[in-house]
Parts: sequence; C-alpha cells; structure tokens
Amino acid sequence: MANESEAAALPILEIDGLVTEFATSRGAFRAVDGISLTLHRGKTLCVVGESGSGKSVMARSILQIVDQPGRIVEGSIEFNAVRGSDRVIDLAKLDPRSKIMRGIRGRDIAMIFQEPMSSLSPVHKIGDQVGEVIRLHERLSKKQAKEKTVELLRKVEIANPESAVDRYPFEFSGGMRQRAMIAMALACNPSILIADEPTTALDVTIQAEILALIRSLQTSSDMAVLFITHDMGVVAEIADEIAVMRFGKVVEQGNVFEVFAEPKHPYTQGLLQSVRDLDRPSPRRLEMRQSKPLGEARLISQKVRKEFPLSSGFLGRKKDVLIAVNDADLELLSGENFGIVGESGSGKTTLGRCLQRIYNVTSGSILYQDETGQSIDLAPLKDRELKQPWRDIRMVFQDPFASLNPRMTVGQIIAEPLVTAGGMSGKDIDARVRELLDLVGLPSSAASRYPHAFSGGQRQRISIARAIAPNPRVIIADEATSALDVSLRTQVLDLLLDLQEKLDLSFILISHDISVIRYFCDRIAVMYRGRIVETGPTEEVCSNPSHDYTRSLLSAVPVADPTKRGTMQRLRYREQA
Amino acid sequence: MNTLVDPRAIAMNPDAQASQWKLTWRAFRKHKLALASLVIVVLFYLIGAFAEFVAPFDPESTSSRNIYHPPQGIHLIDWGEDGSWAIRPYVQGMTIKRDPISLSATYEPDPNRKIYLSLFGQGQPYTMWGLIQSDRHLLTSADLDEAFFLLGTDRLGRDVLSRTIHGARISMSIGLMGVTLSLLIGVFLGGVSGYYGGTIDMVVQRVVELILSLPTIPIWLGLSAALPQDWSPLTRYFAITVILSLVGWTELARVVRGRFLSLRMEDFVIAARLDGGSQGRVIFRHMLPSMASHIIASVTLAIPAMIIAETALSFIGLGLTPPIISWGVLLKEAQNIRSIAQAPWLFAPGVAVCIAVLAFNFLGDGLRDAADPYTNERH
Repeated sequence: MANESEAAALPILEIDGLVTEFATSRGAFRAVDGISLTLHRGKTLCVVGESGSGKSVMARSILQIVDQPGRIVEGSIEFNAVRGSDRVIDLAKLDPRSKIMRGIRGRDIAMIFQEPMSSLSPVHKIGDQVGEVIRLHERLSKKQAKEKTVELLRKVEIANPESAVDRYPFEFSGGMRQRAMIAMALACNPSILIADEPTTALDVTIQAEILALIRSLQTSSDMAVLFITHDMGVVAEIADEIAVMRFGKVVEQGNVFEVFAEPKHPYTQGLLQSVRDLDRPSPRRLEMRQSKPLGEARLISQKVRKEFPLSSGFLGRKKDVLIAVNDADLELLSGENFGIVGESGSGKTTLGRCLQRIYNVTSGSILYQDETGQSIDLAPLKDRELKQPWRDIRMVFQDPFASLNPRMTVGQIIAEPLVTAGGMSGKDIDARVRELLDLVGLPSSAASRYPHAFSGGQRQRISIARAIAPNPRVIIADEATSALDVSLRTQVLDLLLDLQEKLDLSFILISHDISVIRYFCDRIAVMYRGRIVETGPTEEVCSNPSHDYTRSLLSAVPVADPTKRGTMQRLRYREQA
Repeated sequence: MNTLVDPRAIAMNPDAQASQWKLTWRAFRKHKLALASLVIVVLFYLIGAFAEFVAPFDPESTSSRNIYHPPQGIHLIDWGEDGSWAIRPYVQGMTIKRDPISLSATYEPDPNRKIYLSLFGQGQPYTMWGLIQSDRHLLTSADLDEAFFLLGTDRLGRDVLSRTIHGARISMSIGLMGVTLSLLIGVFLGGVSGYYGGTIDMVVQRVVELILSLPTIPIWLGLSAALPQDWSPLTRYFAITVILSLVGWTELARVVRGRFLSLRMEDFVIAARLDGGSQGRVIFRHMLPSMASHIIASVTLAIPAMIIAETALSFIGLGLTPPIISWGVLLKEAQNIRSIAQAPWLFAPGVAVCIAVLAFNFLGDGLRDAADPYTNERH
C-alpha cells in the first residue's frame, strides 16, 4: 500500500527546461524557451496564454509532433507510466518516428485538438475511426473492437451509440464530433490526455457540456489532463494547477485557487484584471449615459426576414429555403450601444449584414433616420442608391486579417471612403487620415505601411479608422473583438466608447461572448435559430433572463473564479418541436 | 504577441515595411530553379530580339559546298607545332570527301585548317529591326571567306545555329502575343463570369467547357486551312496567334473566375463596396491587384503551351511556312528518316523548344509559389 501511494505522488510527466526552436530565415526562433512543468495522476494542469505564447508548441513537443521546421533542442520530458514497464522514459530523447514513440502516442498519451471538423476524416465512419485506434494498439477482433467502440461512445454521452458508429462525421454537430474525438483519445485508457483548446471552436453551451464530460471521465479513470486554453473562465472551471505562459516561458504556476486569489506576476495580474473588467458593465459607459442620455430611434428593423435558397430544383425553381433571420424587430436609439448575442448559426451575423444591406432582405423594412430627421427604408434600395446610407452606417469586421486589402497601404485603406466620395483634395485627405489615425491611437507614420506590419489589435484599430472616416452615425461591429486576445478586447471596446464620446455614434455589437456585450452594450437582443427570443436592458437580461434559452446560455458561461466552481446550476434548453 | 504593449508601437523591421512585390520577390528568390529559369527565359528573349547580331550568319544564305555539314566544336587553346600555346579560339576546318561509287559526301576534319574566331568581328551585313544597319556579329570567323558551323548545316547548306537563333524570335514572341490576347479575353470573360455569377457565369462556363471539349489539333487544322493561301507570311503569323489564343483563353478564364469567386466574399472586398466604390473601382482597384501575381503565374504557364502549339502546327505544315523561320518550321526539315540518320543536328531547334518550355514551366511554378507571401504568415 505504501508503495502505491508513493507511486501516486510521483509526477507522471515531468518537463524540465524544454526548449523548442523553429529555424527561420532570420535565425532560430524559440517558441518554447526553457519550460519546466509537472503533471500528476488524476489532476488537471491548465496552461494559459495568449496567441503566440508557445503553449500549443509545448504540448506538441511532448508527443514529438511539432510541425517542421520545429525541433526540440534542449531539456527533458520524463514520462513515468509506460504500460508494462517501470522505467522512466525521456520522451525528448526519442526519435519522433521510432516505434516506442508511436506506441506511446494514442496509447499512453492521447491528444485532442481544437478543430473537431478537420481532425476527423470525412470519408470514414465514426465507428471505424474510433475503432482503428483500438485495433492499432490492442489485438482485438473487428467485432470486439466494434463493441468497445459502442461502449466508448456511450461513455462520452453520444446518444444512440449503436447507430452512431455507422454515421459519418458530417452527420454530427461540432459538439458531437468533439465527443467522438474524446472517445478516440480515450480508446486505450491513456494515462495522460492532452487537450489543445478543445472547446474554443464550440459554442458556450456545448463547451460547458464538454468540460463536464472531461471532468467526469478524469475522476472515473484517474487520468492526468494537460489542458491548453486562452480562456480564464475555462481555467477556473476545471483546473487544479495552472501555468501561465508568455513568449515561450512560464511566468507563473501554482494551485489554481492561489493564483486566482493572489496572482504574483504582473502579466497574470493584468490578464485576470482584463477578464474581470469584462465581467461587468463598463464604468465609462454608465458615466457617459448620465451626462449624455440616449436620443430617439435611429435605426429600426421591422420584421426583417432573410431566406437563403438551400437547393434550387430543376430549371432554378426554388424548392427549399433556410430562414436565417426570422422576422427580426429591433430598434437602435441614437447614442446607444445595442448588442446582439447568439451562438453560431443563430443568424446574428446575417441580421447584421441585412441591416448593413450587404445582403438583400427577403421581406421587412429597415428604417433609417438620417441627419435631417427624414426616415428612409433601406430594404428595397439598390447598391447605387445606398451610397449615402453606407456612409452613415459603417461596418467593422471580425477578422482583422481578411478585412484589410493587403495590397494597399494603411493610408490608402483609410482614405478609400473619402476618395470615392470625391470633393476632397489630396492634401485634405492626407490630413484627415492623420487625424483618424490619431483618433484610434496609431501614429501617423502608420499611413505608409502595409497591413501585414501590424498586430491583430492594431489592424482592428485601422478597421475602426476606416469605419469612422466618412463621419458615420451608426457602426455595426460584427464580432469585432473575438479574434483578439482578452487583454486587447477591453482596449478596443474602450476605444469605441472613446469615439462614442467624441462623435455622435450608435453601435450595434454582434457577439457570441456575453461578457463583451455586458461590458459594452446598453440593450441586448438574444438570438436563437434566426429569431430574437428576448430583448431588454443588458443588466436586466443578464441577471433576470425571461426566456429559457437565455437562461441556459447564461448558465453555460464559465465564470473566471475557481471558488464559484460548481455553484452555478447548468440548464439545458431544448426547443419544443 | 504584442499584448500589453503600447498600441502605438509598430514593428520596425524591414520586413514590415516591404510592399507586396518586395515580399513576392523575396519568396521567389528562394526558389533557385525558378531563378535560373528566369535567367534562361530572359536570355532567350534577348537572343530573339538581337537575333541578327547574335547569329553568326544570315539564316538564308545557302552554300552548295556545305550541304549537311556536321557541327564543329570550339577549341579554346591553340597549340603551336613547336609546343607553344595561346588562348585563341578556333574550329577545325573540314574537307568534303565524295565516295566515288555512291557519290555520297562525308566530311572529315582537316588538321591543317584552323578557322580562328573573333568576338564582335565583321561578317555578313544585316539590317536589324528594319532600322540599324551593321555587319558586326557576336561571333565571326577571323577570315571572312571561311565559314564555321557550330550546329552544322541543313540540306541547303544554311547554318542551323543562325536559323535556330532567328527562330527564337518568332517562336518566343508568338507565345507572348498569343498569351496577351488570351489574357485579355480570359480576364474579361472570367472576371465577368466570377463577379456577376448567375446566368452570365452559367453561359460563359458552358462556352469554356464547349471549347475545352473540342479536340485542339483538328480545330487548329481547320482554322489554319481556312486561312487564304495568298496571305503574306506576316499576316499569317498574326492569324495563327489569333487562332491559338482563341483556343487558349479558357484556362485563364477559369483561373480568373475562381479567384473572383473567392475574392467576392472576402471582407476587404465587401468593405470596398461599403466604402462607396463603383463596381469598376472595386474590380480594378481592389480585386485585380490581389490576383495579379496569380495571373502572372498562369500566364507564364500558358506561354509554353503556345510555343508547343506553334511548333506542332508548323511541323505539320499548317502553321507558319518558309520563308518565316520558327522552330516549328525548322523542325519540319527533320521530318524524314534520312535527315535523322544523316544529320541529327537538325534537331537543335527541338532542343531549344525543350529548354524554353521547361524554363517557362519552372518559372511559372516558382511564381505561383511566391505569389502569396501571406499564406505562410497567417498560420
């Protein structure tokens, strides 16, 4: 007995001074720079860090599956639980293509990835893919393997596992696919599960279910979990230990309760601060509303409906339609920030694009009150007639990489709406571009650079500068902050509030992230399957939701406080058919 | 990575300030084979442009004394009889021997005759581009009466090297002309098809498929046969380019259409539309520059197809005809077994075709890889 408890106390995986480098044209780039971590049986270690901090490369180094030209140059990864052997193996010393390494992958250490869509083969049945892992590592007959697969799918709570084994990945939703991935990872009862952002691509409600699943599997099998994420809420939800990474180094590690209560490193403090900032309404906004009350309606959507033809029958006769937006009513007041929240596929982006009139609307009207107080219905207008409304209603896009033309300088990009409007001399335009850059907090020297010279946050600032160039009155921001790291989100939202104070602006913010909406928006509309199910003041909806779906959405949002773990009761929403 | 950093800080490294073209060039330079091919292609065009100067002889000058004269190698070092030496390039002269019974001619090296070569010497007079009159050549024999044939001669005793060099002018330029024309047709129809979509797209794509389904060689044959026989060689040349490009625009149209389709829904194109740009501005200012590199790459891959098409047409006698000199016309000389057996050097233009086509293909590959310097950065 004493021996056993001693063995349990020993770390199952001990990483010491790990360095992984990528050879580039300008010398070696150290993605992982001297990391030491330990992983214990039955415990979850969360590695947090923002994009580019090297957390994924670290995880891949353990299994020696770093993409070319990356390679481990220093350090050791001591693995202490090879099946059928007492030896401690240094994984860093193994040849990535050796038999022993291949044996460890999938059997002793399993990994799940971020994209459940691309990590499953689309041409093989779920059952075959899960069964393959079993048959590779354990000598089982086809029938036995199938039985075991069904059992595994049942374990990861996939409904009707007997029929699910014969389905293809495209028949599964994102959450189901991630469950199948987990089933595959668990096939050989691994002693370590490495999860690389497994819930990032999923909606919050599904994320909550997957996290619960991982936790229950861990307690039942005494597996060690290395969980990689950028989301502090997820960390608070499932971690025992936490390691904060930045620029390839671990800046702080320890017990999750201690680190959350008393972060020592300034970077961790900043990270937690920005998460907590986002968890309440922005004080700036509340202050501004006191001094500058909201005005009258500026943009009204009445019964806006958007249908997409699903399949056109023979000779183009329409057969089936997808109702992406189903009779949406909303009203944006002047000087107001209106939030639209919903999960993927809820139609929030389509609604935004309808209001912007990028899409034609199927029916309904979009009434816009222009500066002179005249009301125009945008819905039936043609591109040519939309020139002026498009100058008044502007858009900020989600992806700061795709929304800026890489062939144009930043100055040209921002000047574009001014140039097409005409009536301004080149000199005036240059002056205006400088003024706009200053408004969004970029130096005027940025004008002559190309977009690729800027980081994601800076690019989003450029996008915002372009949006405000023609003095708009409404800005529709579609997931404008979701491609950014947490610490940058508040910066960008504060910038938008800044602009609102200086200019006469109303915002529509579309997001899947409740905390962003709560920080920024006065009122909120919750969308579910193309319908607006609930509208109201943000605080009221957040603290006292009236619709069941809103309730289930709110209960699924992870709270960045480990002490509140398990106090929230999760609700599931199923629409009545 | 720039978290918690002053948002005003901008990357200052030279990469960050480079424009699209600089980045493309940098990526292209890494592709050594493509770089070498670029040099070869440029060299071929220079040779074609300055054919009269580069060729040692007039391609039309015949010599009954030198029928099917074999190639002569250049000797760089001239050994004297007393063992002294000097760097003085020469070729070994050859004398003709006629078999008394069969009367067939054979050439044998004559150890006593050395034909010395000189750079930029005087040779046969020519008029380049109809403007410049000169008699200077890149390489001539020191003695004007002596001729030398680095790649041998044909059945009329004409210098194959000079003829191949002159052929480069027509064969390399027919590719350019043809591709320019197909580019115009292809970009226009592909662009319209991709940008507007719907019925227009349907019609254009069916036309493309129809043209692609037609077997090319019979089409060329038919169209070439339809050309009036009394047309001047120059008119024929243009007619052939038009024929080649009428068949060749389809691939380019598909590339352009594909790019337009994928770009149309890109955020930055939607942004340009919302910025109030007219359709023309969105297409020419925002979309076309984004695909310029791709178009250049497909154009480079289309040129060799044109070169091959011209060679094939002329080889079967329906393309260009003498007195125009192109590689296809020259290869026609090597159509029979006799010439293959007796004068294999008549295939020299074929080697030139191979080198040109390979160089263009490698160049096109390199350009295509380098065309998007951002693909690697975004992951």
